[in-house]
Amino acid sequence: MIAFLLKRTANAAFVMLAVALLAFVIFRFFGDPVEMMVNEQATLQDRIELRERLGLNDSFVTQYTRFVTNAVQGDFGISYRNQQDVMVLIKERFPATFELVLVATVISLVVGIPAGVITAVYRDSRLANMLQLGSIVGVSLPSFVVGIMLILAFSVSLGWLPAFGRGETVDIGWWSTGLLTPSGRAALVLPAISLSTFQVTLVMRLVRAEMLETLRADYIKFARARGVPSRRVQWRHALRNCLMPVITLTGMQIGNLIAFALVTETVFQWPGMGMLFIQAVTFVDLPVMAAYLLIVSFIFVALNTLVDITYAWVDPRLRDDSARGNG
Amino acid sequence: MDKTLTPDTPRPSRMSRLRESDLWHSFRAHPSAIFAAVLLALVALTAFLAPLITPQNPYDLAALELWNSEIPPLWEAGGQWPYLLGTDTQGRDILSAVLYGSRISLIIGFASVILALVVGLSLGLVAGYFGGWIDNVIMRVGDVLLSMPFILIAILITAIASASLPTGLKDVLAAPILIFAIAVPSWVQYARTVRASAMVEAKKEYVQAAKMIRVKSWRVMLHHILPNCLTPIMVAATLNFGLAILSEATLSFLGVGMPPDQPSLGTLIRIGNQYLFSGLWWIVVFPSIQLCLIVLSVNMIGDWLRDALNPKLR
Repeated sequence: MIAFLLKRTANAAFVMLAVALLAFVIFRFFGDPVEMMVNEQATLQDRIELRERLGLNDSFVTQYTRFVTNAVQGDFGISYRNQQDVMVLIKERFPATFELVLVATVISLVVGIPAGVITAVYRDSRLANMLQLGSIVGVSLPSFVVGIMLILAFSVSLGWLPAFGRGETVDIGWWSTGLLTPSGRAALVLPAISLSTFQVTLVMRLVRAEMLETLRADYIKFARARGVPSRRVQWRHALRNCLMPVITLTGMQIGNLIAFALVTETVFQWPGMGMLFIQAVTFVDLPVMAAYLLIVSFIFVALNTLVDITYAWVDPRLRDDSARGNG
Repeated sequence: MDKTLTPDTPRPSRMSRLRESDLWHSFRAHPSAIFAAVLLALVALTAFLAPLITPQNPYDLAALELWNSEIPPLWEAGGQWPYLLGTDTQGRDILSAVLYGSRISLIIGFASVILALVVGLSLGLVAGYFGGWIDNVIMRVGDVLLSMPFILIAILITAIASASLPTGLKDVLAAPILIFAIAVPSWVQYARTVRASAMVEAKKEYVQAAKMIRVKSWRVMLHHILPNCLTPIMVAATLNFGLAILSEATLSFLGVGMPPDQPSLGTLIRIGNQYLFSGLWWIVVFPSIQLCLIVLSVNMIGDWLRDALNPKLR
């Protein structure tokens, strides 16, 4: 187990170093940091001094090592656009994205699991067929189109819910939450729904596939033979055994949701990390881009590694080398 | 096989072989697949015949008349022929823009899948067949790519490309950049699939024998190993075609894709999004519907294909 743990962690570390290399190359070689930082009156002498001070004359390896060391300590440099510490910017924006992703995940589970069970248990019923059709429509709808249509329906036509912004927020320490005010909660509804559409269908399809498999198992037949009511068999005995893969999927998808939140955030003018990133892309604000890439990839890799390790811990068969194929 | 046929029985033609195949039978038994195929064919046909059937060339700025702007769809009050789906704020016919935009979206989606297939299949074959350090390098690169969200890689590539290109060249190269940006994160899936079966095949005796008589390695890979793993590849490619169109639309919507003077569906939605609160709903709704129809039909075909080719479900 310890060998597996080490190997898996080393693998994750290697991947993160490679991502960091990519981020570093983007940061360092697409655009000159000195040109971005000095004002127009700066003399050649100023530029040379700044270049020296920033350590841009050091060797590639030295600079890369410094970049990684700083990144690990949460230092991603200064934003070119508004001259602020990148980490401060991201810290400000992170709660907005996190709450959006969290609520979208909850929606996907609350809607996706029952829908999956229904389509598996009442196969070929009208409701199940409709849900099945809904699921394929759900994967095909681009999240920004969902967002725009929701705005058209619920903000423009009906005027029920706000179309942009986060509403009022309450600060708890450095964390600013929108969950505690009515306007904050109202502002969260549409973005969360639009972000969760894809995820709902994913959860639903997984639950359906797992349920179909489980319902054929012997212990289910036995429970039925014993006279356990079929609803209880389906929703308690069978569903419980389907939940592990759902939890895995949810965990692994959080990284994807954070990345995809940038689309939703653009539609709803949601002041999260994704908006920050898209603005950085428009202004070629390389330190912010590099930091966002590193942070999102880190969350992604960390969650995947965690899931793999948990699985190996639960199921010893996965510890041998053959498990590396999907890692 | 050919030798067992007597001279007077002709080989079945390609068409009749298709009509006899399991796949065709399954296709005919699935109304949703037929519906999707017809829909997609219709979309593709109208998109590629756009110059012949649309009332206006939406890219020709001289054809746009400002007094024809903001006309609602034909069935609304104030609608005008021939602007069936209305016009935008510059007097551009929405139907024409949607059909031309579909053409761009379809071409970019298709080209990026082809590029990803070519790169993925060749790298996967090489990795699985030769193994060793080549295999290691290719698969590690794949691991790194898969450890970043798909959309993030694509945005970074387009962002970097447009930041480092001069303004004039940027718009000309917008489509190739997008194709590349979408292909980069998607080749890994094909490579992994092919690699797995190449590794199995490479150990088999016929491959050893072929090596013995000095058949070229590329020949073994292309003629023996590749055909064995085409089924999963075909399903993945179909589903990825839908994903590629979606990704292109997303990138264009975010403003890092096609420029406004050669708009894809995503660009049109981005433009229409600005008029969401001014009552000009048709500018954003029709491109959105078209985009959803395209992706939906591709996904329905992909879903059907996956079930039809899955031996477990037969």
